Amino acid sequence: MKIDLTVNGEKRDADVWAGESLLYTLREQLGLPGSKNACEQGECGSCSVLLDGKLVCACLVLAAQADGHEVVTVEGLGEEGELHRVQEAFAETGAVQCGFCTPGLIVATVALLEEKPDPTDDEVREALSGNLCRCTGYAKIFDAVRTAAAAGAETSAGAETDAGAGGEAAENGASY
Amino acid sequence: MSTPTPETAQAPARKLEIGRVGESARRVDAIPKVAGEFAYASDLFAAEMLWGHTVRSPHAHALIRAIDTSKALGMPGVHAVLTHEDVPGAKRYGLEFQDQPVLAFERVRYYGEPVAIVAAEHPEQARRAAEAVHVEYEELDPITDPATAPDREAIHPEAWTQGHGYRDDPRPNVVRSIVIRHGDPDAQGDVSVEGTYELGIQDQAFLGPESGLAVPDGEGGVDIYVATQWLHVDRDQVAPCLGLTPNRVRIHLAGVGGAFGGREDLSMQIHGAMLALHTNRPVKFVYNREESFVGHIHRHPARIWMEHRGNRDGKLVAVHAKILLDGGAYASSSTAVTSNAASFACGPYAVPNAHIEAECMYTNNPPCGAMRGFGSVQSCFAHEAQMDKLADALGIGRIDFRERNALGPGDVLPTGQIVTGSFPVADVIKRCAEIPIPEPEELPRDPIRLPGGAGNTTRGEGVRRGVGFAVGFKNICYSEGFDDFCAARVRLFADADGELVAEVYSAAAEVGQGVVNVMAQVARTELDIENVVVAPHSTDAVASAGSSSASRQTWMTAGAVQLACQEVRSELARRGGKLELGDEIDAERVYRHARTFPLDPDTGQVVGGDKAHVAFACSAMRVVAEVDVELGLTRVVWIGTAQDVGRAINPQAVYGQIEGGTAQGLGLALMEEIQTKDGLITNASFTDYLIPTALDMPPVVSELVEDPEPDAPYGAKGVGEPPTVVSTAAIVAALRAGTGRDLTRVPVRPDEIVGL
Amino acid sequence: MDYAPRVDVLTPHSLEEALALKAEHPDAVPIQGGTDLMVELNFDRARPETILNLNEVAELRGWTRENGTLRLCSGLTYAEAMEPELAGLLPALAEASRTVGSPQIRMRGTIGGNLGTASPAGDALPPLLVEDAEVELANAGGTRTLPVSEFLVGPKKSALADDELIVAVRVMPSKARQTFMKVGPRNAMVIAVCSLALSADREREELRAAFGSAGPVPALVTASLSDAEAFPEQVAAASSPIDDVRGTAAYRRHALKVLTARALERVLT
Repeated sequence: MKIDLTVNGEKRDADVWAGESLLYTLREQLGLPGSKNACEQGECGSCSVLLDGKLVCACLVLAAQADGHEVVTVEGLGEEGELHRVQEAFAETGAVQCGFCTPGLIVATVALLEEKPDPTDDEVREALSGNLCRCTGYAKIFDAVRTAAAAGAETSAGAETDAGAGGEAAENGASY
Repeated sequence: MSTPTPETAQAPARKLEIGRVGESARRVDAIPKVAGEFAYASDLFAAEMLWGHTVRSPHAHALIRAIDTSKALGMPGVHAVLTHEDVPGAKRYGLEFQDQPVLAFERVRYYGEPVAIVAAEHPEQARRAAEAVHVEYEELDPITDPATAPDREAIHPEAWTQGHGYRDDPRPNVVRSIVIRHGDPDAQGDVSVEGTYELGIQDQAFLGPESGLAVPDGEGGVDIYVATQWLHVDRDQVAPCLGLTPNRVRIHLAGVGGAFGGREDLSMQIHGAMLALHTNRPVKFVYNREESFVGHIHRHPARIWMEHRGNRDGKLVAVHAKILLDGGAYASSSTAVTSNAASFACGPYAVPNAHIEAECMYTNNPPCGAMRGFGSVQSCFAHEAQMDKLADALGIGRIDFRERNALGPGDVLPTGQIVTGSFPVADVIKRCAEIPIPEPEELPRDPIRLPGGAGNTTRGEGVRRGVGFAVGFKNICYSEGFDDFCAARVRLFADADGELVAEVYSAAAEVGQGVVNVMAQVARTELDIENVVVAPHSTDAVASAGSSSASRQTWMTAGAVQLACQEVRSELARRGGKLELGDEIDAERVYRHARTFPLDPDTGQVVGGDKAHVAFACSAMRVVAEVDVELGLTRVVWIGTAQDVGRAINPQAVYGQIEGGTAQGLGLALMEEIQTKDGLITNASFTDYLIPTALDMPPVVSELVEDPEPDAPYGAKGVGEPPTVVSTAAIVAALRAGTGRDLTRVPVRPDEIVGL
Repeated sequence: MDYAPRVDVLTPHSLEEALALKAEHPDAVPIQGGTDLMVELNFDRARPETILNLNEVAELRGWTRENGTLRLCSGLTYAEAMEPELAGLLPALAEASRTVGSPQIRMRGTIGGNLGTASPAGDALPPLLVEDAEVELANAGGTRTLPVSEFLVGPKKSALADDELIVAVRVMPSKARQTFMKVGPRNAMVIAVCSLALSADREREELRAAFGSAGPVPALVTASLSDAEAFPEQVAAASSPIDDVRGTAAYRRHALKVLTARALERVLT
């Protein structure tokens, strides 16, 4: 069956098997393999995308349900060849090892910071509790979120945040 | 027909900043990974690609009476259905012993064993066709208890692992048995403590599912793009099964989504190649999560009895141990795991007398092999529980007791090897003990800061705090006489602007640990140039780098790249220090560490030379945990650790390895277990095989103890395994302190904490 | 491309259309949040001939209040149940929603889906039982209402007829002090080993508790306020848990006793 949807700001269409997930369509039909297929049962968050602005697991959305809707994937976060500040932060802080969880975590972080630009450590952990990482133990991922939050505070108009506060990634582990 | 290159999205060109040795340089692959543009094995695509799917045994043990593929062959979109009859060359393969069928014939020996493979246009068609392959099984009684395996009929009558210089043990189903006799095992101490410990099956649970793309080259050969840990050993197993010479099979490293030992054995390599050659089309395999659990080896479950004897002066006198490992249906790397478990059973302590027996059995349980820690994890859990018991019985502080007995240079290991080089156990213990512990948190707290988390199960009722301490160690690099080497190739040329550029060719598998940065940082340091590029990793560009395992790859690859760069530098000097556009210097060198020697089959003592193991690394860990003793739920609050790393080539990456390795040990301590019933896996999904989430991991404060290893490049040792070796033991020690319970089994279940 | 067996997706744009399609295709499987059905599809455990996609049926979204009675549409997500206004009216449901899956799951998973799956482990079910909620079912011919306790018939079995859809849940908030607790082997993303919703209704002088994952269906247990001391034992005795991969029956019974005692302390003090 044919579906029409907007992906990363572009109108796309695909001929899908009715039982396939949005994740499969993105990866195998639309040339967007950035969202990952670590479990396909909503237990790992590696397929996280924004569906009409909401953080969801693409593996749990039927491709047909995305017909007429807007999807943003990790590939669509940056603008004009520049990385999103969350992507920059993950690259800087050592939050990426094998990187398989990284796209999902970046999308989840973007969703978090949209809603809470300056989250507490507990809010960060709960917001990312649906994204599994097997390599990093999460510590540097939290550093990346703090770094991205601080970078966002710097660039938002009228922000009075001290540029260095909260953004320094403690190399040997933070206490929180 | 030319070999189509798999399509991958092009990463926009960005200037790479590669640091030097010792700097926390950003990963060279960070940008593609954060942009979602890094090509993992499951992301590959080729024109005219078919999808592969594996038909697997639903039984743990059964005879195969017949396989009927006729219905499957007739189904829509199906291009091939292959069985053991279609295997062109050798019918079996294996890492150390060729005991494992490419596709099962005569019998299946474990739940999920591959029996047939299908290629179709769409994965859904492949799945439906796989369903239509009819296999007639005659079920057999599975062997599920390794203790009874020697009394049962041999699963492998060929006894593949007998001989090979191992201890002679002709009982059926013995993969390997080993005895280490050191000093006078009958020596008595003032005090003796005993315990029996058990560990369940842990899974590597890497996030990237098994996947790969096999592309026929049109001339009877094949290119395989796959997520793996050892390209050349893959090739050397694949080629004979395809009936091809090694040069006709090229293995290319595709992006790896984590490994932790689970990709040392083959997954889809031969299957994909067979289907690709048969259909003359590229064939892609991607396992789903359920299949992934079934489709790779796991950590050996173990039952360990130990007795520790000590004197009131605080010194260890003797250690006795009996270790039983369940190897499952095929040998994989079990013989080496068994040896490790035995060799490191006493822990990083000077033990003058020991008698250690370790055996690994074939059963019809899920096959086991390499997982981060490789036998040392199991032994550490037992010996650290014992050390606490003995310290308490002697009336000596637990940390003090460990410091007093810490191994140091000049001490003799139970294998007879004398400790040389870097091994600062006492220093590591001290540094860890000095890290200040956080004060208890006040109440009230948000539920996620209490045991039970968002489940809202306590507001502080029943919560007790416990602190635990443990030390562990293992070998770095391969052992017992294995010819462990690593090749690297460096090509230096001038670009259009006259700038020198170095290309590094290495077959070292980047699995997330950051070896891709190590090679770049070493090259930059050795050649003192800005522009270093790491070339794609494949078997046709350079010789073997050995496996990304045994915490060896940083050491070995740094050594190899260093040698190649030294040759390049010498040649450049010979040419007056400059290259013109079009000139190049291309040098490939092989690095070897010091030679090791085998263990005597009957005494476990190193023979023929002085070392069975190249080097050692240790880690100490202190854990603060809170336990809801009425519900048996745990929250690990804080972890402090000191690790012996030799030299940190990239400190940020080293901290990352420590934090990640600790998380895996936390999983084994609290929540991870492959559950089986009569050999069948009952929890093959992330719903019921639980790995730690962001709400389960505490902050980890790490101290790097840099005592350079004299024989290693830059003094660097491996760092990946020691945190995993020690963390399970340290966490359970904290739980024992908080609950007063013995907790002799991991993963610790709430029932045991509660006392049901 | 030729796929067999055939799977079709129908997407109605109104409740009327949805009910007409369900009447026409009684075997059609409805999908809203997809958090249960998609797992079945992805893992090749189900191949329904027809899937009825309810995402475009506006009448199934959100919630309303009429004369004090709340009407939670079946498409209400866990994330929406956690929002402050609704959380204030149905606190135990909001607490339960916080424990469901992950933020991603909570954004899609629905109360209606939880009822439709009728799992003994359904997290929304104990809070709805405690609040005496009713399920509103509709077919092309009209609607009927059933108490949740009657709707849940057995493990993964409900009283939903083949031509019916779950349309809403009606509940008159008791305003009683209430809480929800869920036991799981890690601190996030767990299927309950056992769970408990409990309220102390001082007006009706009644204790009401409902457990999950401790019997074939989540079930309601009541007692008078004065019997609070015996209530933990009573709740545990009313359960009929089994041994499974997630836990043992003995542990579940024990855990229910502990949870009940703690819940009582929360709602009575």
